[in-house]
Amino acid sequence: MATLLFWVIAIILVASALIVVGARKIVHSAIALVAVFAMASGIFLLLNAEFIAIVQILIYAGAVTILILFALMLTRTSNQNETTNPNSKGWGVALIVSALVGAGVIFAITFGRSLVQLGGLATAYGTAKACPMPTNNVVYIGMLLYSPSCYSYVLPFEIASLVLLVAIVGAIVIARED
Amino acid sequence: MHPTLTHFLVLGAVLFCIGLYGALAKRNAIAILMGIEIMLNAVNITMVAFSFYNPVKPYSTFLTGQIFAIFIITVAAAEAAVALAMIIAIYRKRNTVDVGEINLMKW
Repeated sequence: MATLLFWVIAIILVASALIVVGARKIVHSAIALVAVFAMASGIFLLLNAEFIAIVQILIYAGAVTILILFALMLTRTSNQNETTNPNSKGWGVALIVSALVGAGVIFAITFGRSLVQLGGLATAYGTAKACPMPTNNVVYIGMLLYSPSCYSYVLPFEIASLVLLVAIVGAIVIARED
Repeated sequence: MHPTLTHFLVLGAVLFCIGLYGALAKRNAIAILMGIEIMLNAVNITMVAFSFYNPVKPYSTFLTGQIFAIFIITVAAAEAAVALAMIIAIYRKRNTVDVGEINLMKW
């Protein structure tokens, strides 16, 4: 059942990603991007990552797509009949390069040593203890991000908030009319 | 029967090279940004799959892959906002978003 679901989601995901890079009108690419993000969220649900699936829908399918559509609206140049998403002159080279990268990565994945084999080699270090794991993924992610007493990612989380602040200020300063 | 780790890794790799093609072959700067977003999503799928299939006991409870994915989403959102602001600023000055025509710093 999960395998069938995986194949359905994966095929829709790859097909809509191909529409994103292949569509002649860039608005169609932006619409297909929504399908890519929604299907990636389904993949996360298959992997028991509910929090990331919700965040994916909220941030990517909601915010980033709207941002891209607004940028398309503000940068419209050509007339109706022209293709608005053209390929550059070196698109054949790009095709070869990306196919080679993909072939290399897939070769490494399928013929490399599996993670289970490598698992025996890893040894525990330090005394870091995770909080007792609740069944709810969202609760556990919250503990991992905020908890001051047991193993958590508090400092990287605060730095990420600083990155977001700098990005907000930077985006306003760059896009300002002066 | 649940799909194995290899299923998800191959899916991530295929999605990554589709995004790479989009980022390399397109002329519109916003289309390049869409390619980059697809690549970041592919990496997220790989990270979460590794987190789900991690067999090593103390580390599998830390969910490092999922936390990494959250940080990648954060940085990707910031990157999209700044990049689109730059594209709009360039459009205002040069009246184009074609990366072939934005060649002021090309030697």
